[in-house]
Amino acid sequence: MSNLMSGSQILLECLVREGVECVFGYPGGVMLPLYDAMYEHPMRHVLVRHEENACFAASGYSMATGKVGVCMATSGPGATNLTTGLVNALMDSTPVVAITGQVPTRLIGSDAFQEADTFGITRSCTKHNFLVKTLADLPRVIHEAFYLAATGRPGPVLVDLPKDILQGQTHYAPVSSIHLPGYKVYADGHAGQIRRAAQMMWEAQRPLVYAGGGIVSSNAHNELRRLVELLDTPAVCTLMGLGGLPSSHPNFVSMPGMHGSYAANMGLTHSDLLIAVGTRFDDRVTGRLSAFAPHAKVVHVDIDPSEIGKNRVADLPIVGDAKRVLVRLVKALEELSPQYSSRSAEARRDWWRQIRDWQTEHPLTPEISTSEIKPQHVMKEVDRISGGNAIVCADVGQHQMWAAQFIRFNGPRLWINSGGLGSMGFGLPAAIGAQFACPNKLVFALVGDGGFQMALPELSTVVTNGLPIKIVVVNNGYLGMVRQWQELFYNNRLCAVTLDSFPDAEKLAGAYGFTGRTVESPADLQSALEEAVAEPAPYLLNIKVCPDENVYPMVPAGGAISEMILGPPQPVAVS
Amino acid sequence: MLQIISLLVENKPGALMRITGVLTARGYNIESLTVARTLDPELSRMTIAVDVDPTLRQQVIKQMNKLINVLQAIDLTENAAVAREMLLMRVRAPLEARPAILKEAEIFGARVVDSSVDGFAVEATGEPEKLDEFVDVMRAYGDIEVTRSGMVAVCLEPRKLRLSAPIPKLDNYVGDHLAKGVLNA
Ligand SMILES: Cc1ncc(C[n+]2csc(CCOP(=O)(O)OP(=O)(O)O)c2C)c(N)n1
Ligand SMILES: [Mg+2]
Repeated sequence: MSNLMSGSQILLECLVREGVECVFGYPGGVMLPLYDAMYEHPMRHVLVRHEENACFAASGYSMATGKVGVCMATSGPGATNLTTGLVNALMDSTPVVAITGQVPTRLIGSDAFQEADTFGITRSCTKHNFLVKTLADLPRVIHEAFYLAATGRPGPVLVDLPKDILQGQTHYAPVSSIHLPGYKVYADGHAGQIRRAAQMMWEAQRPLVYAGGGIVSSNAHNELRRLVELLDTPAVCTLMGLGGLPSSHPNFVSMPGMHGSYAANMGLTHSDLLIAVGTRFDDRVTGRLSAFAPHAKVVHVDIDPSEIGKNRVADLPIVGDAKRVLVRLVKALEELSPQYSSRSAEARRDWWRQIRDWQTEHPLTPEISTSEIKPQHVMKEVDRISGGNAIVCADVGQHQMWAAQFIRFNGPRLWINSGGLGSMGFGLPAAIGAQFACPNKLVFALVGDGGFQMALPELSTVVTNGLPIKIVVVNNGYLGMVRQWQELFYNNRLCAVTLDSFPDAEKLAGAYGFTGRTVESPADLQSALEEAVAEPAPYLLNIKVCPDENVYPMVPAGGAISEMILGPPQPVAVS
Repeated sequence: MLQIISLLVENKPGALMRITGVLTARGYNIESLTVARTLDPELSRMTIAVDVDPTLRQQVIKQMNKLINVLQAIDLTENAAVAREMLLMRVRAPLEARPAILKEAEIFGARVVDSSVDGFAVEATGEPEKLDEFVDVMRAYGDIEVTRSGMVAVCLEPRKLRLSAPIPKLDNYVGDHLAKGVLNA
């Protein structure tokens, strides 16, 4: 096939070849040639209401499916609006390709109308970026972008396309191969290291699996489960790894870290071998590094060599893709099993008794009251309806932590949130992306009253596209997480955290043409959620929860994870 | 002590910015940076001298190796390597000081590359510390102006260069779904 096509047509053809079904975008001047080509192209374009949300939606789409999400924006303000979404995808290793328009090549650098140095600005926001200056390079660059986004440690890749490239005509021939000589992906893991790791695992007395988002992105959940069962080890999943092992699995302990459970954090503190897979020893998990897992040797499996030893020295590093490594690790464990399994079962009994004791000592139990709606109660009800099967897209804040604590996920790609960047405004657009990806699944946008208002314009995207998203606003009238820190660490001097004038949910949703409802009594909570889910259309539930609830356990910033604040200070009897 | 990093990079726009970005993101100050094409005009060799906390040197190398445009980043700080720098100096000096200047230049192995009534321009290469000494000495003779190239280094041990092979693209054509009009009905 070699025929005369415009750059825009070539771009669309390459997207089709990459299996793209839908893109999230927002047009503008320099993108007109592309949108003109899209006029007669079957590519589905979803018009969001702000470019940041195009990138968040593409991320939600990707996190729900594992496919590369695609977003588009025009030059200048369009491109700068994408940046938060790009950094978010970078921090959470989400494969996204962003296409931006740029002023014509001859005007680049001249402060032309709507010019921004997108290539320079997004260098540190992306895994890699490209500025295409020759039309002949376009198809190769697009395929390279997808390859880079999806392989190795996934991440966002941006392609900046000047208007003359989109407009220019050339003979198109499909790219037969791409070449990235400096892009090194070590996927398989070192055979000797894998064998040694298996031995260490059998020999450990108190092994603990510490699983991160890498399990989800490499689809290693089945292998992880097999490993956990073979060794009968307790497992903690990080915020990004939730669902990597089903929450209902008996070996699943919970999330560790700043708002992790007592048992998870004590498990880490007392373990003698951390089996860390697809995780990066983030400060929100480790607390004070010098006090983190002080008795443990560390087996660290990660696809990104620069993660190994970055925060915690690995006693046994394995650079590789979580799935590929775990497949071979499980095999190695099985081979050694006759030698070890009876001996290890005995050691494991004590370890499990200890873990169960911690769990009963300080269980993660949702607060529930009959007089007011506790935010944890909302999570409990969402969990009941979901049964571990719904997609839950959270925003950032207290509600996000409660959701991570109390909602179960029976598989990967159900829990979608902004972990590394913690970017408010993520929840609703991510739910849009997820619902496009999974039209038949129940999708919740579980958001705070703060983050929801950051994403408010996307309500029209939801309605226009008939997305039956259940928007659940956990409305505490505060920037709750910030209020919690001010209360606990700044003498309760609350400054700039009150969210007054939240709109009437019924009127707000009504103005957009769908149903909204405010819930204020715990007695109505369950039926309201059921009603929302029964509706084959979007639904806005504004749930007024008690405003001063805090997330516990909590490890103060810089503290050791074994030193958790387990609950609010108990009233002291005055004598 | 400065960390000396030698990089083999694709000669592409933005490559330099990505590499220095690894350092500037951590607030490191680059002492010197040189870059020029290699025998293969598509590639450049870069030498960076930078003040990095010793515990983070390996991390910096890993992060540089992670960059798509970097074919190889190696730490020469504790490896067998030769490091040299070039210096160009203009010396303004009265006529009577000239013979002594020429003598000093000779001692340091420097060459005169320009001469005029005002003075000389000299060129010297050597280890950076040696050039520091040369500068100190020449200062005594008059007004000087110095331009230094920054360090260039070469590793003395052979290093295996591992490159990725081309990735065939045609066979994973998956794009039939749109032609079938499944979407945008
Ligand atoms: C874009 C952005 N700005 C600021 C913050 C800091 N921040 C973290 S949580 C939070 C409060 C969120 O409030 P809300 O959405 O109401 O959720 P809540 O904590 O009350 O559940 C803020 C302001 C952030 N994470 N992201
Ligand atoms: Mg709030």
